[in-house]
Amino acid sequence: MPLSTRDVVGVLADNLRLRGSVLPISSRRATRWARDLSLPRGGETVLYTGTMYQLIPYIERLVRLEELLGDSRLARLSGLARRANRLVNAVAVVARPRPAEREEYDRVPANVARLLQLAGVEFGYLYEDDLYAGALAYDLGADEAVAAHARRIAGVFRAHGVREAITIDPHTTNMLRSVFPRLVEGYDVRVRSYLEVLADSSLPVRRKVGRGVVIHDSCVYARAEHVIEAPRHLLEAAGLDVGEPERSRAATWCCGGPAESLYPSKALAVASKRVEQLGEVAADCVTMCPICLVNLRKAANGRMSFRDISEYLLEASLGSDEARGPSPAPGTAPAAAPLARTW
Amino acid sequence: MTSGVLDPGLSDKLRQLGAFDAERCMSCGICTAICPMGISTLPRRVMRLAALGLEDEVRAQREAIFSCLLCRACEVSCPAGVHIADNVRLLRSWLLRGEL
Ligand code: SF4
Ligand code: SF4
Repeated sequence: MPLSTRDVVGVLADNLRLRGSVLPISSRRATRWARDLSLPRGGETVLYTGTMYQLIPYIERLVRLEELLGDSRLARLSGLARRANRLVNAVAVVARPRPAEREEYDRVPANVARLLQLAGVEFGYLYEDDLYAGALAYDLGADEAVAAHARRIAGVFRAHGVREAITIDPHTTNMLRSVFPRLVEGYDVRVRSYLEVLADSSLPVRRKVGRGVVIHDSCVYARAEHVIEAPRHLLEAAGLDVGEPERSRAATWCCGGPAESLYPSKALAVASKRVEQLGEVAADCVTMCPICLVNLRKAANGRMSFRDISEYLLEASLGSDEARGPSPAPGTAPAAAPLARTW
Repeated sequence: MTSGVLDPGLSDKLRQLGAFDAERCMSCGICTAICPMGISTLPRRVMRLAALGLEDEVRAQREAIFSCLLCRACEVSCPAGVHIADNVRLLRSWLLRGEL
């Protein structure tokens, strides 16, 4: 029995309205990645994470819980869950990832901040005001909750005098750059992905990485935001031999993630086909979206390794392994770990 | 296929929610051939039903409408330039009215 669209979208919309995110986590958790970086608060140009990478380990925990309950029990419980979630933040109660799980994803915004610093870009951070941008609720059609949330974020930008937001994932880029101008009158914040910012900068390369990888384009970056050449330019400058899969650039094949919250088996079939296409080119794949990263890893089940583009770029820019977390060889953890349903 | 309630106003209702343009669809089927979800009704039939205003038939496609990845693989090949993913998103918003 599939999950009720009304209850699932209802929980997400309730959370956005009541708690500022579809999956609310504490601001201490969401900003932990920045605690040793001494980033200035606010400013005309800010690094805006939208908390996407930071949310992934919590999503993984929820998915494991869902897998334990099973789809049909979950479907029966979904109405009750929605009523309970209005009173108590269910994410805080049931999703408690281990520190090592959090650190893997917290590393990405930290990598991006270091890369921007190395490229000489000046920016601040909004800390507890760096809010989830509402992409999933928007995609599922919860328009009223998203419109109110967009006005809230536009108000945060106004209050901090923000003129430009540098984003780190495709979904937040799309919301802030292409959706908010339709929802908020007078919204004129300039929005660029950090990949576009770095491609226009003089990011130093201290050591060429010298490895063959296959690139997976995010649908949203490639087809909605036209971020296609910037990641290739940066990876090649970093010394990587970038292989193109059967479907790439504007013809890229989806990771399946957007269907995961309602139809996980359909999402897995799409992701598995993509893993096959990618695996024909190389055993190591570069991703640039947290949703692609977790879905492809889950579908590959250890047959390939997937790493975020920021890890490769920082490795080349620092000339050392300092920034890198564990680089899983194909067939080893964490690629084989149970991974997320991407709400 | 045409047993549902004909509602010529459905497109107008959807246009009040956003830039709905399924009427441009020529029903060529290229999008359905490309769609990674492999659902026979997605997106050509859904676009046709919505453009024709067949409200009950559109409601019956709820699972297909919520299965769409909004990945736009179909859109970049559509010869009529239909904004398929935006239309699907508007249909979701319309289906959820009064439910949230
Ligand atoms: S490709 Fe475009 S014109 Fe052809 S069926 Fe699909 S939506 Fe209609
Ligand atoms: S946007 Fe939806 S209908 Fe179009 S190809 Fe992707 S999944 Fe299929």
